[in-house]
Amino acid sequence: MAASRPNRLFRNLTAKIAAIPMILTALVVFVGGTLWTVVYSFTGSKMLPKLKFVGLDQYERLWDTRRWMVSIENLLIYGICMLVFSFVIGFILAALMDQKIRFESTFRTIILYPYALSFIVTGLVWQWVLNPEFGIQHILRSLGWESFTFDPLYNADIAIYGVLIAGLWQGTGLIMVLMLAGLRGIDQEIWKASRVDGIPAWKTYVFIVIPMMRPVFITTLVLVAAAIVKVYDLIVAQTGGGPGIATEMPAKYVYDYMFGGQNLGQGFAASTMMLLAVIIVVIPWAYMEFGSKNRG
Amino acid sequence: MADMTSTLSGPRGPKPRKVLSRNNIMIYGSLIVVSLYYLLPLWVMVMTSLKGMPEIRMGNIFAPPVEITFEPWVKAWSEACTGLNCDGLSRGFWNSVRITVPSVVVSIAIASVNGYALANWRFRGADVFFTILIFGAFIPYQVMLYPIVILLREMGLYGSLTGLVIVHSVFGMPILTLLFRNYFTSLPEELFKAARVDGAGFWRIYFQIMLPMSLPIFVVAMILQVTGIWNDFLFGVIYTKPDLYPMTVQLNNIVNSVQGVKEYNVNMAATLLTGLVPLAIYFISGKLFVRGIAAGAVKG
Amino acid sequence: MTTLRTLLTATSALCWLSTAHATELEVTHWWTSGGEAAAVAELAKAFDSKTEHSWKDGAIAGSGNTARPVMISRITGGDPMAATQFNHGRQAEELVEAGLMRDLTEIAAAEGWKDIVNPPSLLDACTLDGKIYCAPINIHSWQWLWLSDAAYKTAGVPVPTNWSEFVAAAPALTEAGIVPMAMGQQGWQQKGAFDVLMIALLPNDIYLKVYDEKDAEVAAGPDVAKIFEAVDQARSMAANSNVQDWNQATNMLITGKAGGQIMGDWAQGEFAVAGKVAGTDYHCLPGLGEKNVLTTGGDAFYFPVLDDPDQTAAQGELAALMLSPEVQVAFNLKKGSLPVRGDVDLSSANDCMQKGLAVLKSAEPLPGGDQLITQDTTRQIEDLMVEFFADTSLTAAAAQERFAEIIGDAD
Repeated sequence: MAASRPNRLFRNLTAKIAAIPMILTALVVFVGGTLWTVVYSFTGSKMLPKLKFVGLDQYERLWDTRRWMVSIENLLIYGICMLVFSFVIGFILAALMDQKIRFESTFRTIILYPYALSFIVTGLVWQWVLNPEFGIQHILRSLGWESFTFDPLYNADIAIYGVLIAGLWQGTGLIMVLMLAGLRGIDQEIWKASRVDGIPAWKTYVFIVIPMMRPVFITTLVLVAAAIVKVYDLIVAQTGGGPGIATEMPAKYVYDYMFGGQNLGQGFAASTMMLLAVIIVVIPWAYMEFGSKNRG
Repeated sequence: MADMTSTLSGPRGPKPRKVLSRNNIMIYGSLIVVSLYYLLPLWVMVMTSLKGMPEIRMGNIFAPPVEITFEPWVKAWSEACTGLNCDGLSRGFWNSVRITVPSVVVSIAIASVNGYALANWRFRGADVFFTILIFGAFIPYQVMLYPIVILLREMGLYGSLTGLVIVHSVFGMPILTLLFRNYFTSLPEELFKAARVDGAGFWRIYFQIMLPMSLPIFVVAMILQVTGIWNDFLFGVIYTKPDLYPMTVQLNNIVNSVQGVKEYNVNMAATLLTGLVPLAIYFISGKLFVRGIAAGAVKG
Repeated sequence: MTTLRTLLTATSALCWLSTAHATELEVTHWWTSGGEAAAVAELAKAFDSKTEHSWKDGAIAGSGNTARPVMISRITGGDPMAATQFNHGRQAEELVEAGLMRDLTEIAAAEGWKDIVNPPSLLDACTLDGKIYCAPINIHSWQWLWLSDAAYKTAGVPVPTNWSEFVAAAPALTEAGIVPMAMGQQGWQQKGAFDVLMIALLPNDIYLKVYDEKDAEVAAGPDVAKIFEAVDQARSMAANSNVQDWNQATNMLITGKAGGQIMGDWAQGEFAVAGKVAGTDYHCLPGLGEKNVLTTGGDAFYFPVLDDPDQTAAQGELAALMLSPEVQVAFNLKKGSLPVRGDVDLSSANDCMQKGLAVLKSAEPLPGGDQLITQDTTRQIEDLMVEFFADTSLTAAAAQERFAEIIGDAD
């Protein structure tokens, strides 16, 4: 007993020492950086951070700005569509892939490769493909379909969906792979049993397989949601926020005002609002995911 | 519904006997249509990069070039100008290698140890830090730019390669730690327990038992990090100096320095050149990636 | 020019009492279009040949909004470049206040900048608490209407000589399938055009009341309302201009696809690179042909404080060199901007630059927007203009109301 105690202490100590980079990152960068940002969001900092407090002025101005409201609206549209479509398409593709098909790896590579390309590249290519003078519209018109109109990037009402097409192109591959991995992890016996019972395949998917894939869905959700909140490069490369302010996003507002407008306080206030939204979503999830496991 | 039933008769079901059955036509049909959607932009990029400007101006971006020219590729690689520097992307390529290699190694080393400690050596408060880390995955990078400038300045690392490696390790940590933690949790616990009974310590178990079993997840981590770091623009331009600017910065410079008319062919060639390294890694390691993702993401 | 060289060497020796060793100076800027790059090349060439030091180019593409964050981060991060471009005025104000920028007063005194810089307001924009912190390198004026002769020839109407004729000729151009007005869809270009209309179509004191005194009532008043109507006209004339970058818009003029463009004098560099001749291929109207006016904003170089004495000495030489007559002429001819000193020979300048020089000599100089309002306010007006140009359901009156609010909140 006496010998094992310091031993255990020592072993725990090693684990703790090994985790120092993580602890430092979590505390200094993420918590420290966040607190710093929140504190300075109450200041009138312009180009350089200064502790000159102005109360809630930055927030009042923020919520009074049309561009910010449009950004939030766009993030909601883009975020919800992205989540729904990428999950549905990703899952269906994975289910198709899981039918013991030939050339599986070829199809998989084709669907996954855009993920290797940066958002900058994605944005540029789709800007090019959707350009009415060169791209799809031009081709279909020159084939004789004169009235065909498809110019999402030049029409403020639907521009955000033009961005969505590019975002889905880049991101669905990874989701498909994650879902495929989940499907492959399902026990064969379940399929056999459902076949014996004569349950239609779609029912087996919806009521048995999908609930069993919860961990995959959660990992995927974290990956996709984190990417959605941060969407910035894609917008910059594809539309620059235009036409007008039709495809502006919160992350771009933050960047533009922090650096372009040299108004750090305003940028910090906007990013604090983004953090708040993330906290509201993430904390309950983290509590359910890790809190319950500790008790169990 | 009868059709559907037999179509989706389960992943390990017997192979359909007829090659041209309705099911097969449906499955392959939809996959081919989807593949066209995914391949279209790549096709456009490659074709455009092989055309001369007059041909591009005439119109059809989907048509193959009438006259193939490699001029745009040469220009993108070694001649395109930004300001006074007319050496294209070539300079940035080696910088990107210099940045990516150490960043990938360091970030994976740290994250794998994190994941291992979280999965097998739970200590008090570990979950709190992990939750903060996951939360960190959602913070827009822009929010962190300024505090990190200050942190790096205080550490005297601003503008250095070391500083940039630290930044990449910090921002890669949340997702990678999550993947490693999930993977190590999924390994049979008996192995770990047996090793501890034998008196093996933290590092010995890590190096002798965990590492040899973890090739798939290391491949996943490597692919994610190589792609992410290679494609990074923001950190590269903010936290380094021109001597160290990665390829993406030069890509941005080439694409955005319009001199006269936009040279779409050069832009596309530059884009493809920049994407070659991550693309190659994906094409080579596709199968391992799926296997690794399965191991890292599936077991919660 | 050996005298100049001796003078320069003497100056640096005087100021720093140390023999400067050859060193490399990193200079950052966002001049990456054809004409701009050619102008930078002149600076670099002069620095490399006239001093023993060498120029290390740090161009960052994508306009000031991409480049400035990088520059500011590097200066505040403790790894500054040796010299950097800013539009002088309020962009670098806080960096100067924080003591991060080098005081150039001694060099300015030795070189007699006070006597040679014309108009003197340029140097004032570099001055804080009586000390000089930047070297103005050129005068840029925004108030130009560029016109494509080819486009008007195709449409069969004479080239306009002022803004109202330009507006009147628009329908003829549209009929001929030509875009009447080229406009890049970026906030700074649209806001620039808006400011130009305000300066050119209204008396100076109204412009100053709005931008200098930030008088929200004037901004909401009937005079400014006329400007919003003019911007509304510009919006419909530019409706089919689908380009982004300013030089792509200029290129529409060069190729005869568009009639005119409101853009600063740097557009001239693009015409020059394309081999076009002022007066025959294109026309230019300072003050939109309505008023004898040009603002005197411009580019300036700031020199961050460095530890290395060799680099510091070389900074001084570069600053002095930038205002030397020879460099002023070579640089500005390429850039299409006007020199900051009135005593240089610009007889080789083209038609448009001569017009600009004439205006500068005869008219009262007016400070540019960069010198009067902060980047923050600029950004807000840009956002408003971007929205206005893209969204035809936003009326001129509603836009003016929001403009007045922004001005009311500005500092």
